[in-house]
Amino acid sequence: MKSKPKRSSSQLAKRGLIYLLAISIAMFILIPIYLITMLAFSTNDVIYSYPKPLLPSEVTLDTVSFFLGAYRIIDSIKRSVLVALIALVISLLIGAPAGYALARYIFPGKDSFRLLFLSTRAFPMVILSIPLTVIYINWGLDDTNLGVALIHVAMALPTAILVTSSVFVGVSKELEEAALTLGCSRFEAFRRIVMPLALPGLAASSIFTFVLSWNETFAAAILTINNRTLPARLIVQLGGSPAPFKYAGGFFILVPAVVFMLFVRRYLLSLWGITLK
Amino acid sequence: MKRFKNIEPYILLLPAIVYLLVFFAYPMFRSFKMAIFTEEGQLTAKYFLRMINDSNFREAFQNTFLFLIAIVPLQFTLALIMALVVNEKLKGSGLLVYIYSIPIAVSDLAAGIIWFSIFTQHGFLNTVLSHLGLIDKPFIFLSYETSWPFVAVVLAELWRATSIVFVILVAGLQSIPKAYDEAAKVFGARYWTRLWRVTLPILRPSIQVALILRTILAIQVFGVVLALTGGDLRVLASEAYQWYNNYRNPPVAAAYATLLLTLSMITSYIYLRSLRVEEKMRL
Repeated sequence: MKSKPKRSSSQLAKRGLIYLLAISIAMFILIPIYLITMLAFSTNDVIYSYPKPLLPSEVTLDTVSFFLGAYRIIDSIKRSVLVALIALVISLLIGAPAGYALARYIFPGKDSFRLLFLSTRAFPMVILSIPLTVIYINWGLDDTNLGVALIHVAMALPTAILVTSSVFVGVSKELEEAALTLGCSRFEAFRRIVMPLALPGLAASSIFTFVLSWNETFAAAILTINNRTLPARLIVQLGGSPAPFKYAGGFFILVPAVVFMLFVRRYLLSLWGITLK
Repeated sequence: MKRFKNIEPYILLLPAIVYLLVFFAYPMFRSFKMAIFTEEGQLTAKYFLRMINDSNFREAFQNTFLFLIAIVPLQFTLALIMALVVNEKLKGSGLLVYIYSIPIAVSDLAAGIIWFSIFTQHGFLNTVLSHLGLIDKPFIFLSYETSWPFVAVVLAELWRATSIVFVILVAGLQSIPKAYDEAAKVFGARYWTRLWRVTLPILRPSIQVALILRTILAIQVFGVVLALTGGDLRVLASEAYQWYNNYRNPPVAAAYATLLLTLSMITSYIYLRSLRVEEKMRL
């Protein structure tokens, strides 16, 4: 067993500084989240108070229930969930096959497709929601859940394709081919071998889509009038809302996303179509 | 792998391609049409002119541009620091990566609200400042008379969006073979030298991707601005929204949209050219 080399004191100091830096940045990220959470569970008095307490004194559900009871908020929350689910399903149905194609086949134009998907990722998609509103009116989709979900699919599709492609690349081809030689049809091989192995990754891709849809504000705000998702409703009412309402609203948009991210951190890198060997 | 005589891959890709054509290409085309044709179908520049001559246009354009110049370098520096810190593989690096990536899941609206609670008159920043004895009465950060709203927006976006760049850089860093850095160390290169001459050049593809992505997203900055300043600070995307929703003028909104699209394409092109990357270095 090799013994660890002795560290000089300057090296220890350097390491200490790096730790300090790392923790400071982590605090920078975590503290605002803590603050809004605290506000969402504080009384009105605390919310309007100044100087604000930095530690929670009493925890209450008043603000949250006030928020949930406000005009059509529960409706918006349900709508956001529904839209995100629809977007999730459609993205998966369209994106997974495309990801599979990119992962398993060699064909002319493959790299161009990859590039196309990567570049649409960088597109200012939200801007396209303006012409889309007019198009939707023609198609009868304006102010509908499906309409918003469809644009969210378009926004999420490139990422979904790239993530599922990474996922399928990660599933060993040999297993699939072994199944084929043993007499499975291609589809059976997919269903019995690839799917179970790819499931966690596909779940992660779905969660990305869900989070994207849940958070999306601009397109949702433009495409709906009465049937708004949560972010859309909030941004429209932002100016006239009292502080407790705003903070509770921010909290509600925030929490599911952060929680979901907990489950997908393994797949973070494949978000960008980067396959780590 | 199947050989290309198979049409299977194309069939698998077809739904995605069709979808993107319908929801990308078609709206983009319509957007141009909306902005340059009158209702009667005549070619016109009047919507663009209306946009440019609007009293808020110059301010919105300036603000967006200034925001871009401020946020991109700042975020890159921070993201690079974060990526390098994580790369040191300290104890708890895994947890650190998770924490650093959390903001990816935060919506721009939520981020705006969070930082509003910090910067608002009776908010946390003033609280801390008064505890430290630096101010007597609360300072109005978010007043449109000062430049502070701009700073608040930059800070909020820095908080929210650095993770995106961070993740890309981490992926890039992890794919650099350790051999390069070790070799440089053997030759006696100090940390800064190693960073500038070895690590960063190899990171160029990742940096390029991250730059393009972040710039394009910054051009569209919207939710954070609205939540923090309520429309006081004007940017291009919020103007597009205004013209559509409040002034009920879709063609001018479409003109703004076209402008945003064009700016994104121009900046992408500039990045692609100035950070020329060889094909084989692409991830």
